[in-house]
Amino acid sequence: MVTSVTNLGKSGVSDWLLQRVTAVILAAYTVFIVGFLLLNPELTFTQWSGLFETTWVRIFSLLSLISLGAHAWVGLWTVSTDYIKPTGLRFLFQAVVVIGLFVYVVWGIQILWGA
Amino acid sequence: MQISLYRYNPETDSEPYMQNIDLEIPDGQDLMVLDVLHLLKEKDAGITFRRSCREGVCGSDGVNMNGANGLACITPLSSIVKKDKLVLRPLPGLPVIRDLIVDMQPFYQQYEKIKPYLVNDTPAPSIERLQTIEEREKLDGLYECILCACCSSACPSFWWNPDKFVGPSGLIQAYRFLIDSRDTATEDRLANLDDPFSVFRCRGIMNCVTVCPKGLNPTRAIGHIRDMLLKRAI
Repeated sequence: MVTSVTNLGKSGVSDWLLQRVTAVILAAYTVFIVGFLLLNPELTFTQWSGLFETTWVRIFSLLSLISLGAHAWVGLWTVSTDYIKPTGLRFLFQAVVVIGLFVYVVWGIQILWGA
Repeated sequence: MQISLYRYNPETDSEPYMQNIDLEIPDGQDLMVLDVLHLLKEKDAGITFRRSCREGVCGSDGVNMNGANGLACITPLSSIVKKDKLVLRPLPGLPVIRDLIVDMQPFYQQYEKIKPYLVNDTPAPSIERLQTIEEREKLDGLYECILCACCSSACPSFWWNPDKFVGPSGLIQAYRFLIDSRDTATEDRLANLDDPFSVFRCRGIMNCVTVCPKGLNPTRAIGHIRDMLLKRAI
């Protein structure tokens, strides 16, 4: 058993499962957005902002945003533990990633649900 | 044939180097790489490598031949030599002791971690613990591992985290005991593997399957362990 405290989940299996579930959500959201853009080639700002006025689209977008944060945390944490060997540098990288993702998620919430 | 051989003697060399040697291969014969090593050693007695059974059973002579890990004793030249050139290096990712000999300690430490022995807390029977034919068949494709380290030393995840990732060899052995009907420590074994490194550092690139000289499939065994961990956690 290897002890680890900076990964997202409590265990290896939770990180593994989170990464796969979030990948499916992100894939579905990508298909949705790309599909919407293809179906509306003459897209106007009114149509675009109208899309994000809908509650289910906001929920779907927020779910995808949180999924992106979780997916990136697990993925970049793994990359850092593979390639960054000095502990201090690795911790710094992980801290920057986690804080950066937190900022993006909060910023995204503000954009989606703000006035 | 031109041989490019990795040489390193810590007592005389400040760093490793590749030595080019021209070797006459007898006509009409398809020698094994181990035979080539013996011919080289006749030319230069200082060339150092491990070997024992010379028939793919002991797992001593795992080396990197033209970029692929394998056992020198059961690898015919015809299967790996291209353009009459053979590059011989020690197994990658393990500290080199001398020439083709590596320090297997990091590999054995991971093997030790998975408790490679039966654990059974029920009273011992008078003769033996019996298995059905079906229970015994589950061990096929797992118990044959000879610990040559060809797989683990071909795995980038093991190169990056040799102290944390159990590696394909250790994990195929771990599954061999997880699936054994006579073993009662399944829960403890799974608990010891449920961290982000021991099992989950496997990315499924299957280098281990490609190089295993016994034709085993550690990636499949790792998949089974992951399934067991998932079932236990959900």
